[in-house]
Amino acid sequence: MSPSLLIPAIIVFTAVAYQLGLKRSHAVAGPDGPRSLHSRPIHYAVMVAMACAIPALMVFAVWHSCQSTIITQLVVAELPENIRSLPANRLNLVVNDIRNLVVGNVGVGDTVKPEILEAVDHYRSLSATSSAAMAVIVLLVGVIVALWARSLITPELRARNHVERIVRYFLILSSSFAIFTTIGIVLSVLFEALRFFKSVPLTSFLFGLEWSPQMAIRADQVGSSGAFGAVPVFAGTMLISAIAMLVSVPLGLMSAIYLSEYSPKAFRAVAKPLLEILAGIPTVVYGFFAALTVAPFIRESGAVFGLDVSSESALAAGLVMGIMIIPFVSSLSDDVINAVPQSMRDGAYALGATKSETIRQVVIPAALPGIVGGILLAVSRAIGETMIVVMAAGMAAKLTANPLQAVTTVTVQIVSLLVGDQEFDSPKTLAAFALGLILFIATLILNIIALYVVRKYREQYE
Amino acid sequence: MRPVKKYGSEHRGTVGVITSENPRMTCRNVNVYYGDKHAILDVSIDIGRNEVIAMIGPSGCGKSTFLRCLNRMNDTIDSCRVTGEIFLDDQNIYDKKIDVVPLRAQVGMVFQKPNPFPKSIYDNVAYGPKIHGLVQNKVEQDEVVETSLKKAGLWEEVKDRLAHPGTGLSGGQQQRLCIARTIAVNPEVILMDEPCSALDPIATAKIEELIDELRAHYTIAIVTHSMQQAARVSQRTAYFHLGDLIEVGETKQIFTNPSHRLTEDYITGRFG
Repeated sequence: MSPSLLIPAIIVFTAVAYQLGLKRSHAVAGPDGPRSLHSRPIHYAVMVAMACAIPALMVFAVWHSCQSTIITQLVVAELPENIRSLPANRLNLVVNDIRNLVVGNVGVGDTVKPEILEAVDHYRSLSATSSAAMAVIVLLVGVIVALWARSLITPELRARNHVERIVRYFLILSSSFAIFTTIGIVLSVLFEALRFFKSVPLTSFLFGLEWSPQMAIRADQVGSSGAFGAVPVFAGTMLISAIAMLVSVPLGLMSAIYLSEYSPKAFRAVAKPLLEILAGIPTVVYGFFAALTVAPFIRESGAVFGLDVSSESALAAGLVMGIMIIPFVSSLSDDVINAVPQSMRDGAYALGATKSETIRQVVIPAALPGIVGGILLAVSRAIGETMIVVMAAGMAAKLTANPLQAVTTVTVQIVSLLVGDQEFDSPKTLAAFALGLILFIATLILNIIALYVVRKYREQYE
Repeated sequence: MRPVKKYGSEHRGTVGVITSENPRMTCRNVNVYYGDKHAILDVSIDIGRNEVIAMIGPSGCGKSTFLRCLNRMNDTIDSCRVTGEIFLDDQNIYDKKIDVVPLRAQVGMVFQKPNPFPKSIYDNVAYGPKIHGLVQNKVEQDEVVETSLKKAGLWEEVKDRLAHPGTGLSGGQQQRLCIARTIAVNPEVILMDEPCSALDPIATAKIEELIDELRAHYTIAIVTHSMQQAARVSQRTAYFHLGDLIEVGETKQIFTNPSHRLTEDYITGRFG
């Protein structure tokens, strides 16, 4: 029985178990009805259903994951001596051939040796047996455990407690998924980065002033040896993020103050969603806007003042990125400003404070931790932004503080390092992981600070 | 004495003496509407100099709304509309020429729930004098903070931790901090909207004692749900019922010999 049939079968069995549990609980309740039970009838039913589904699924998962390894070993053991004695990597190729043949993947013009064909047949028969056995055992386990659980049902059985405990385990499991994924990402990046640091020392990566990740692809190639100093790249990220924050923080904060304190309700109801749409525009569209509208505009206005502006500039990318993250600042700030209790404003008004004094000296200080949290989230968004920079700020890793020149950022370099045909173990490709790791650490720290600040704020008012 | 306009026969009028011999605030024919809802119906009353007037009545009777008219706090509510005249000394506070900012410095307010600013104890008290330019330098400011905290009976408890946040004090201390903050601006009238409803009996006793002391310098209007409190702290009492001012009189008279049946029903606990 294939998994696609077995899973529905388990579901059906579980539904039946649920009904059995429900019936049984009403049966043991006696003449007083469900009141005499410790838990509600539904708890007994769910308990029996869980007793059916969980062990069955667990057996199914274990069996399914071990099946192919065990069958492969059995098949290999049956192979003729001359094949079995092959070195491990050659043997692996043979096993791969067998598996391909099993699923019907026959290469064109391949001549298959008879002993391999025999092994393929053996493999097929073994896996057919295994599937059948698995189906029987899985369903049997489900039925037996469910019946056992049903037999446990008495009015005193604390079914609710059992059910809730299992639900709690599920909740723990779900929440740990995100955590383990994060850990997995960190580890995968970390190991690749460590390989990079074997060929390029950590200090020259962190403090090197030149970034030109060209490597000789073949050993006999002359030319670039590559320079992996990350300072210009990180400087570019910081420059563009700083420009973006200079745009978004004042604009976002002012619009938040207007929306929450001054604007009529009807205007706010329209304006706030509109502002949030800014966050929903794909960044590549912002990229067009930056490259085709803003950058030429800056170059032309620079020319009026006799400034030498390159056609791709940090300023263009930073400005557009700043506009993109306005909603992060304004929406979050608007929320926290609204969360400042009205009594705080009343207190200031009752002292004869003007509206602007109240906002500047009472409301904003009270909301400040939340606003800072919003700004830090916007910063991490700016640091991670790629598309706008690729399109508007260029790829040149130049160490400069002049916003009119082309710069590049960490994320852009990661993309350009990994695009194209590359050896995957050359320092050039591995450098992407090192950049990614440092970037991850930087945004992680920012996020931790943001969370800390936001949490501190919450403690104050609840 | 300012005249009270009389409308048609449906106006029931107020029992008792609404006037005061030495009024600080004079309210005449005050009506308040929340949108279409008529919340205060033609209330006229005087608030005498250096007296504590208590406003009592069942929930929703409009006593808090009326109190908030006295320093135009209702202006912050969009749907709220006020008609009639309220004089502070000789100024109609609802006159178009009057700005609410200096008015609220003259008529301070203490709220039901203590609402200290998220600042230090010192800054909470110094804030009002600072924005109104009442102090020229740090020495004067220190002085105002100290005298205000002393008047509010809080100085001894907080003098060693003036830099600590005001929100860290206990509820009763926070409420006295709010009173200190209000008197630091040196108002003429202090409005108190159920100032003890969130406090325990000991903190309540302290505030009541304080109200009695403050009477020497200020005019105080207090809204309260506790009839014992009204009887203890006030000289005059006004009884509100469904937006009507039913009866005004000497506190002793109201509580021992009310003239109106509704007042009697309320203070004897027959409803409310």
